[in-house]
Parts: sequence; C-alpha cells; structure tokens
Amino acid sequence: MVLKVFFPSCCSSAESGILIGRWISEQNSAVILAVVHFPFIPVQVKQYLSEVQQVTKIKVSVLGSWSNSKQEKEESLSKFLEDLGTIFSHKPWIQISKERDSKFWSCSTLQKQSNSPKEEEIILVYYDQRKVMLSYLHPPVDIATSTDCKADDASKLAAMFNTVANSKILFMTDRYDDGPIKLTHWQSDGVEASIIVELMKQASVPACMLLTFLLSLTSVICKSRMLKFWPLSFLWSKLSTCEQLGHRLQHLQVISSNKKAQNQIQLMRKANIFVSLLIDVALGILLMSWLYRKNRIGHLADTLIPVADHIAKELQDLLQWLMGAPAGLKMNRALDQVLGRFFLYHIHLWISYIHLMSPFIEMILWYVGLSACLGLTVALCILSDIIALLTFHIYCFYVYGARLYCLKIYGLSSLWRLFRGKKWNVLRQRVDSCSYDLDQLFIGTLLFTILLFLLPTTALYYLVFTLLRLLVVVVQGLIHLLVDLIDSLPLYSIILRLCRPYRLAAGVKFRVLEQKHGKPLRLLMQINPLSYGSVVQTYRLPTYSCYPKDSWTSLCKKLFFGELIYPWKHKGEKQD
Amino acid sequence: MEERRYRAVSGASVALRCRQHSASCRELAVRGPRLQLRSLTAVTSAVWLAAYGLFVLSENCMVLSAAIFITLIGLIVYLHFVKIDQESLLVIGSLGIQVTSSYASGKESTTFIEMSQVKDVVINEAIHMQKVIYYLCILLQDPQDPQGVSEVVPLFQSSKPRLDCLMEVYKSCQEILEQRKTAPQSSGIK
Repeated sequence: MVLKVFFPSCCSSAESGILIGRWISEQNSAVILAVVHFPFIPVQVKQYLSEVQQVTKIKVSVLGSWSNSKQEKEESLSKFLEDLGTIFSHKPWIQISKERDSKFWSCSTLQKQSNSPKEEEIILVYYDQRKVMLSYLHPPVDIATSTDCKADDASKLAAMFNTVANSKILFMTDRYDDGPIKLTHWQSDGVEASIIVELMKQASVPACMLLTFLLSLTSVICKSRMLKFWPLSFLWSKLSTCEQLGHRLQHLQVISSNKKAQNQIQLMRKANIFVSLLIDVALGILLMSWLYRKNRIGHLADTLIPVADHIAKELQDLLQWLMGAPAGLKMNRALDQVLGRFFLYHIHLWISYIHLMSPFIEMILWYVGLSACLGLTVALCILSDIIALLTFHIYCFYVYGARLYCLKIYGLSSLWRLFRGKKWNVLRQRVDSCSYDLDQLFIGTLLFTILLFLLPTTALYYLVFTLLRLLVVVVQGLIHLLVDLIDSLPLYSIILRLCRPYRLAAGVKFRVLEQKHGKPLRLLMQINPLSYGSVVQTYRLPTYSCYPKDSWTSLCKKLFFGELIYPWKHKGEKQD
Repeated sequence: MEERRYRAVSGASVALRCRQHSASCRELAVRGPRLQLRSLTAVTSAVWLAAYGLFVLSENCMVLSAAIFITLIGLIVYLHFVKIDQESLLVIGSLGIQVTSSYASGKESTTFIEMSQVKDVVINEAIHMQKVIYYLCILLQDPQDPQGVSEVVPLFQSSKPRLDCLMEVYKSCQEILEQRKTAPQSSGIK
C-alpha cells in the first residue's frame, strides 16, 4: 500500500533530528507534528511523549528521522539515524533527508520484517500546520460514532485534522524555553498571543456576572404576579414587541452563562448571538439619533392623527359606495343599509377614541421611541404593533364579515342538504338520507331561498374586508420578515468566512508540486473554505416564528368557507 | 504530457491533456473552447443598438449609461460565474479524486472526494433534450449499505466531450482505481 506522510511546511528548514507525530495504521499514513533536535536523551523524549499522550489522548510517538544536511551526505550520519530506529522501535521507520537546498527530498522506510521486497510508493503531503490546527471541518464527524475504528477509516482527513487540532499542548513550547527537549513546529519561533484577547478574557468574567445578576432581576420582575392578570397577559401575548424582547433576553442569558462552550458549534453560536446583538443595538441607536434630531418624532406624532382620520374617511367612502350600487351590482337594500350603518357607527366610535387620545400621542410616541435603543428589531416590532393598533377597526370588520359569511355558508349547505332530502350524520361523519315532514321541508326551503338571495350582499362585504385585512397582514408580514432576518443571520460566521476563510473548511484541495523521477510524489494540501450559502445554512440562529404551514389550496379553501385565517403563528401559541 | 483534440457533444472542439505525475497520480484536463470575440461583439452591439433605439424614442440619456453599465456587469458576471474554461480531474491513488473547474476570470472551484467514499468511476448514458449523450461520473459509496450508491457526481458537465474522449479518461482512472483493489493488506484491519 502507498505510504502517505503529512509533513508540516514550517519544518522544511529545521535542523536534523527525529520526527514525532501520529501513525494511523488503518490508512497507512503518518501525520508529523514536530521535529526533535539533537542532542536529546531518548528516555526523556519517551517520558515527554507519554505526558503529551496523557493530556491529548492522541498516540504521539517517534516516527522516524529527519536529516537536513548542508554538506554532502555523510555515511556515519545515515548509520546513526538507522541506529535510532532500533532505540525508538516503530514500524515502519521513516527516513526523510534533504540535501543542501534541493526541493526534492528523498524519503525511505525501514521495515523490520517486510514480506514484500519491493519498495512501496511514498506520497509526501505538505500542510500548513497553523491553518489546519485552527480550522474546523464541515460536516463534522460525530464524536460518539468515532469510538469504533470504522470512523477513522471513513474519513482520513477528519482523523488528520483531529490529530493536529488536539495536539495544541505540543505547540506551547518554543525555542526560548529551557527544557531538555528542543522542538520545531509552527510556533517554535515564539508563542503567539494577543493582548486584546487576554484583556477581553479577563474583563469578560465580571461582565458576565453583572449581566447574569441584571438578567435574574429582570426575569423576577417579569414573572411577578402583577403582570399575570388576565387583560395584561392577553395583551403581552398579542404584542410582537414582547415576543421579541423575550427572545433577546434569552439570547442574553445564553451569552452571559458561565459555562465554557463545549464544542465549536456552541462557540460559534455564542459569538453569532453576541455580534447580532451588538449590530442590532448599534443600528437601533443610529435610528434613534436620526429620529430625535430635528424633532422628527414630533413631526411623526403630528402626522399620525391626520393619517388615522384619512384612513377612517376612506373607509366611510367605501361603505357609502357599498351601500349604493357597487360596481353595478344590485344589493338587497335592507340588509345593505343595516350592515352599512353598523360599520359606519363602528368607525365613528373608533375616530372618537383616537381624538380622545390625540393630546397624549406625542408624549407617548416620544417615550416609546426611546426604546429603539434596545435594538432595531424592537423598533420594527413597535412599528408593526402601531400598524396593528391603527388598523384595529379593519380587523374587527373582517371578523364580523367573516363570521356572518361563515354562518351563512354553513346554513346554506345544511339547508341545501334538506332541499335534496339528506342530512349530516354527526355520529358517522357522513351524509345520510332522511325523510322530513312537510312543514319541515316548507320552512327549510323558505329559509334556504332567503339565505341564497341575501348571499351576494354578505359575500361582497366579506370580500372587501378580507382584501383590506390581507393588505394589512402583508405589510406586517414584511416587517416581521425583516426582523427575522436580523435575528437569524449569523454575522460572525460570515465575517469569519470573509477574513479567515481557513477557519471554516468544507474540505481540502491538493496541488501537485514539481516532480522529479525517483523521488516521492510531492503534494501541497490547502484548505477549501465553505461556501457562503453553507455558512448561513449551518450557523443560522433559530427564531421564534414559524412561517405558515398552510398551502395555497388550504388557504383558498378557508377563505371560501369564511374561516378566520391567522397567517403568522408564533411557536408556543396554541393552535386555534 | 500529451494533448489530443476531440469533439464535444455540441460539435465544438475540446482538448484533452493527460499528465502522469507518478505511478499512482494522474491529472486529466479537458479544455473547452475559449470566449469568441465574434459572439462578444455581436451581443454588445445588439444591446447597444437596442439602447440607442430606446434613447431615440425616449430622449433620456440614462438609457445609454444604463446600457453600458449592464453590458459591463453582464460580462463580469458571465466570466466569473458562467464560462468554464477548463475542467480537470486529479486522481491520486489511495488519497482520492479531485475535481476542479476553472472559470474564465481565473476562479477555481474544487471538490475533493476521498478514496474510501469512491465506489467506482463509470460512463453513463443520459437523455438530454432530443439526444442521448454519454457522461462520466463518480459513484459514491453508501456508508450503511456496501452494495448501494449514495450519490452520483457527474464530471465534465460544461465541456461535455464525446465518447472517445470519455473512454480515454475512463481507462486512465480505472488503471489507478484497480491498484487499490490489488494493494496488499498491510494491516489486518479493513
């Protein structure tokens, strides 16, 4: 079988020494992690390796020898290197040697008991140690299934990435440390650290504790009995602002928890939530500063009442049109007048209430606008709630019209069955034939005729108000779509993919380097980053709203039968 | 390294380049026809004539600048996302198969499939519009079912060479894939 040697490109210019790493026997591949330089005491090397093995749970061992000779190859050195193979018994013993500054290295193996005398082919794969260590392979191999060795077999790359990622402790010593072992790896020129990261780590602990305390205070207030009385609890459940605030509180709880993230996915989730909150609040404060400059919010409040008046006037005109002969259709005069006057009176009531509130509108709006500093999503939810409140009369009209129409349709279908001599059997949930008395038939047919001829009027009112309601629902839906987008977009992952593409790896790519006949095959392994679509899909934050599960046909059916539609349902709400 | 000319399904001329890096590593690249200056000029002239006609009708200068803008953006999008210059297959025995598409703007999109996931490389037939065409594809192993195929990865989608070219590629791939079947079992596990 072909022997694959993964060699870190940072060790290409290292001095002669022995190679340490992991040997994966199922795949016949050796992952080299570092080079230990002369002089060393073999016992100390073995002790160091066993310590590393205990911490990292990776079988790190001495794999072979590395000779980087600036002069001509010496016979004694090669004999010495072969003798090392007997001290650190490892099968096969890999010997890599580089002459002067030649690009083409020679690599050979020493098998103690080799059955086949022929040379096996060797592939030398260079990899960038730092990038492989920091990157995370997608889709991740489940740790639970890797207990049996089949998982190692299944993905060689995952095993190799795992090896390098878990050997962080090996890379913690650099050449300035005074220890018995001198290593060369990617950090041997000096361990990297960032002052900003260290400072943030120190500052995060008290900040998290403060945040946890504040959050527990807020949740105690929210859960208090005062706010659970019936009218208030109903109000909280209907306002989308409260939902959004609850959602954000949950996010804050996730960030401020003291437990360290278990794995990469949780860490990315925390980071995404943090960046999303930050951007949200920043945009909210920007919006607030724009609104309060030049007293724009005062102007907004001033235009609110005239807009409400205008909507009411338009509705009144619409009702007058319906009460006449709308689109040339002839309505039933009496029913028309009754319905029209009923709705007109309703609008009159609504306008009176709005006018009652008008002196306080500006002040209320001013204080409500301040809550935009909690985030842009909260401001958008408040806008959606204001629209819902202003168009409350349209919602009421829709409900009246729908109920009336629904009653009419059910009455008509039941009387139609009577007309044909059938009946709905509730026990068996099917239509059965039934013999009616003459007076039952007479009354039934009479009622049927009345309902049938009143149908166009009711249907027209229902149609008009349903269309208005759907318009309002569409506007609210668009706002909620925007809020969901801001809530669920994984900004940290996208920025990471933009600036450090090797951190999120979809796979690897190989590039064939210059070859020379007789020397092993040289390949360069690079990280293939994840595409932006997969990044968004993998790291999307879950939101609280679920989109309508009704297909278009069931929606049309509901509209036809006059059942009330609730297109935007939130998770956790009881299905009506 | 050798280069031979073949024909694609559409009748255009494609070139197959075969390189052997070592006993178990081969690179096969199919290069499609380059972007023709003729077609580029034709499309640009058509768009600009239409824009000029609109300008004469509407007397609005924005139409002309919009036409130039659209042409530039369209050309950049076409070169970067649509026009594939070369598709190559790198087969490394015991490591895997790498499929690369290089676009006209220089962008390269690569996929690497590990050898343990590859079941076989075959030539399949497909009915495409009114023709029956042959295409080369990689069959991926289903991890649960050793006899099953979980996915089919078609190769050379945009250059679509004909059967004679595909047979060359097929033979080269099979020579390397056979090596893994005849490889001696070094360790007892597998």
